[in-house]
Amino acid sequence: MTKRQLWLAFIAHLDRQLLLGIALLLLTSLLVLFSADNASWDRPLNQLRNILVALTLMWLMANLPLHYLMRIAVPIYVVGMVLLIGVALVGDISHGARRWLNLGVTTIQPSELMKIGVPLMMAWYFEKHEATLTLKNYFIASILLFMPILLIARQPDLGTSLLISASGFYVLFLAGLSWRVIGGLFVAALASAPVMWSMMHDYQRHRIMMLLDPSQDALGNGYHTIQASIAVGSGGIFGKGYLNGTQTHLDFLPERTTDFIFAVYSEEFGLIGNLILLALYSFVIWRGFVITSHASTYFTRLMGGSITLTFATYAFVNMGMVSGILPVVGVPLPLISYGGTSMLTLLLGFGMLMSIETHKKLVKS
Amino acid sequence: MNRRVEFKNHLREIFHFQLRLVVGIGFVSVLMGILLVRFIYLQAARHTYYQTLSESNRIAVVPIVPNRGLILDRNGVVLAHNYSGYTLEINQNKTTDIEATINDLSTLVTITNKDRKRFKKLLSESHNFETLVIRNRLSDEEVARFAAQQYRFPGVEIKARLFRDYPFGDKTSHLIGYIGRINDSEVSQLEENDLAANYRGTDYIGKTGLEQSYETDLHGTTGIEQVEVDAGGRAVRMLARTAPVSGNTLVLSIDAKLQEIAEQAFGNYRGALVAIDPTTGEVLAFVSKPGYDPNPFIDGIDTQSWDELNNSPDVPLNNRALRGQYPPGSTIKPFMALAGLNFHTRSPEQTINDSGVYYLPGSSRQYRDWKPGGHGSVNMFKAIQMSCDTYFYGLATEMGIDNISNFLSRFGFGKKTGIDLEGETSGLVPSQEWKMKRYQQIWYPGDTVSVGIGQGYNLVTPLQLAFVTATLANNGVAYKPHLVKEVQSSRSSENRFIAKEPLYDLHIPPKDMDLVRRAMVAVTQAGGTAVFASAGATYQIAGKTGTAQVVAMKQGEKYDASKIDERHRDHAWFIAYAPADHPRIAMAVLAENGGHGGGTAAPIARKVFDYYLLGKLPKPLADVPIKKGSVHD
Repeated sequence: MTKRQLWLAFIAHLDRQLLLGIALLLLTSLLVLFSADNASWDRPLNQLRNILVALTLMWLMANLPLHYLMRIAVPIYVVGMVLLIGVALVGDISHGARRWLNLGVTTIQPSELMKIGVPLMMAWYFEKHEATLTLKNYFIASILLFMPILLIARQPDLGTSLLISASGFYVLFLAGLSWRVIGGLFVAALASAPVMWSMMHDYQRHRIMMLLDPSQDALGNGYHTIQASIAVGSGGIFGKGYLNGTQTHLDFLPERTTDFIFAVYSEEFGLIGNLILLALYSFVIWRGFVITSHASTYFTRLMGGSITLTFATYAFVNMGMVSGILPVVGVPLPLISYGGTSMLTLLLGFGMLMSIETHKKLVKS
Repeated sequence: MNRRVEFKNHLREIFHFQLRLVVGIGFVSVLMGILLVRFIYLQAARHTYYQTLSESNRIAVVPIVPNRGLILDRNGVVLAHNYSGYTLEINQNKTTDIEATINDLSTLVTITNKDRKRFKKLLSESHNFETLVIRNRLSDEEVARFAAQQYRFPGVEIKARLFRDYPFGDKTSHLIGYIGRINDSEVSQLEENDLAANYRGTDYIGKTGLEQSYETDLHGTTGIEQVEVDAGGRAVRMLARTAPVSGNTLVLSIDAKLQEIAEQAFGNYRGALVAIDPTTGEVLAFVSKPGYDPNPFIDGIDTQSWDELNNSPDVPLNNRALRGQYPPGSTIKPFMALAGLNFHTRSPEQTINDSGVYYLPGSSRQYRDWKPGGHGSVNMFKAIQMSCDTYFYGLATEMGIDNISNFLSRFGFGKKTGIDLEGETSGLVPSQEWKMKRYQQIWYPGDTVSVGIGQGYNLVTPLQLAFVTATLANNGVAYKPHLVKEVQSSRSSENRFIAKEPLYDLHIPPKDMDLVRRAMVAVTQAGGTAVFASAGATYQIAGKTGTAQVVAMKQGEKYDASKIDERHRDHAWFIAYAPADHPRIAMAVLAENGGHGGGTAAPIARKVFDYYLLGKLPKPLADVPIKKGSVHD
């Protein structure tokens, strides 16, 4: 094989448009991280390492034929469930929540695995019963969804459980769950809100209350929301300029490399920057929908749609929370926030999308 | 057939899926739209609002406290100044166990029990976020010792500060007063007067004395530093600076040496002395004995020391010169004489025969002269010279209380002098209306008799008596007494002189004035009641002795100083001015429980005169003959 042939083989399963969108977002991540870390190279370099690892796994995933994906769905789900039960029994406690499992070699957060595991399992289940879908199948799929969610919500990790709920719900929705049931679920959710409220932890209630009136507790729980809104608002149309965000560089912004990195971006690049970022996200999401729309199998359609919609949800929830329209839940800004785990999960998802796109001809033939 | 159904189902299923996907796209578009609207709202519509919030986050305005103005005497001697020193301060917020921290600190620097008590008091009065002083005036050695161990004390720091110091201590305490930490009521007062901004960062304010009355001048103008701060409040860089303007320097008319001599001349006596330049109203000495050391008050005096001062029978905290009200005794007589001449009640030549007892017409009640057997034939001149009580009993009765109170009030009795200190009391000139209002009683003729020799209801402060003496020395032209001669701006060339302020001219006929003044000179010469005052003096002193009764005597009882508890002995007064023909200094001296003016109060005055007029330093006090109880006025 020539060099050129090697190269072609290497990129054969990479979707160029998706890759372009992702690459631009990842570059933005490094750029903003450098500023958020007060012009230090520590976090950007770490992030670069995370990105390279995640990109490698994405490439592997993109090259993985779809029937392998089908095959690993059940094992991933089962392992995930076992680990979640393990966390509930013997997990490490940090920041008042039991989310991590110490495996001796490393600590892992099994809920991250389930972000892929749950929709994968549900899509696999629907594929299995594609021909004879009845309400009973939707019900069983829902149980597959609720078991891990309950475990994760109990940790407690409201943000992750809501996002996994969303990704599972997207599978149900795309699989054709009847509008009547969806309407019923919506009403039931509204009705159960007071019950949910009474089951919530105090800090979770606080976060919701703070959203309604952050000034109530300006130095406590409302601090994050207020300072983030100030950062975003003071950015104005054109922003304060790269490395010139005062909220960022004078330490007023909390968690500015992770969950609140969007405030840094927004302060320094302003409304124009935000529009560009929204455009980038929309481009990636659009490409996801396109890939999904001509996916060849039921499983890949459900999977692709769920990945795309979940990605959009991530972006919305994070930006909504930073700009003060959603409560503060621990959701990072996809592809931009500092951190290896979410990067890995997201790029694995995009690897699947690429695999769906590039393996469909093989399936057809 | 079967396959066809499946095929159809497949197509229908793809159609359904695409439909759901479109709904999904719509859903995502709505989400993106919501974000877009929110961004436009925050970054375009409300940008100015958030911009302001961001700026106020970022910029802190740090006050730069101005140096407090100095207080100097008329010759430039420092009476109040600032020096820089180190304090050890504890930040309450960064210290978990304050008690343990203080114990640890005491192994490095001396922390006395008083320091601990004072700190506790500060702690109980403090607002949060404050750092509080545990030790003042650290020595260099202590600073070095602590600096080496500082890492052990995260909430403790050494700060360089300016301290106020009063080098004359208790000698000028009632004059200068002191500064102290601003309390809540002073804060609200500053806010009311719109001065709160100028006091940002200032911890101290004048509490008493000149420190209080000239607070505005002494404080200065607070400077401003705009600094960029981070979320932790640490200054990152300076943006702008307005320099503070130091407080103005007060130059007093007080002569510190004179003050010191006067203070020492009192010896163990309590009392007060006020000396005034009669031609200007400048106060030359202002003594209230005993004084107290004002220095411990600055950073909050500890409770024990406070109790000691406050419960002392000597009441050192009482400003006798300004606030002490005493009967004037016989010092009122020259003024009574002037009143009598003014109303033509008695001519100067008119004589009375003093048998030692005075009776009101138709009454058997005795009013005794201080001299058993009386002075014999007495005219006005002799009556002042010898302090004849009987003469003035009669004169007062003939004048009537209305005339007396009218004349004395015009002269300045019973009114505040308006000196530049706060808290002055006004003394009292009794009248019929006053008695009715105060006691719901009519005025009895006997009341007038007592008023005639300055006992009765009369009350004066030493300052007031010095003021009327100065007015008398100045032939009836009164100048407002003041302690500050000049206010020197820290920005030179803006010096403000306190001009002499004529209050009124009583237009006393020269021949009346002449008589009284000659009689007052005679007081200090052979045959007078204060011979000691001028013995061997190269200049003439005009004066008048007086006695203020502490305990009233019963009818027929004789006053015997040796039999009376010291604290119940009479107060001794002496008013005087010199040189008699061309007065440069007028004063009032009060020696509490001193017995008689001629013996105790007059020698004090003499020492002050000698220094002021001749530059002569007094001999040690022990050399001055003080014969207790042998002479009366």
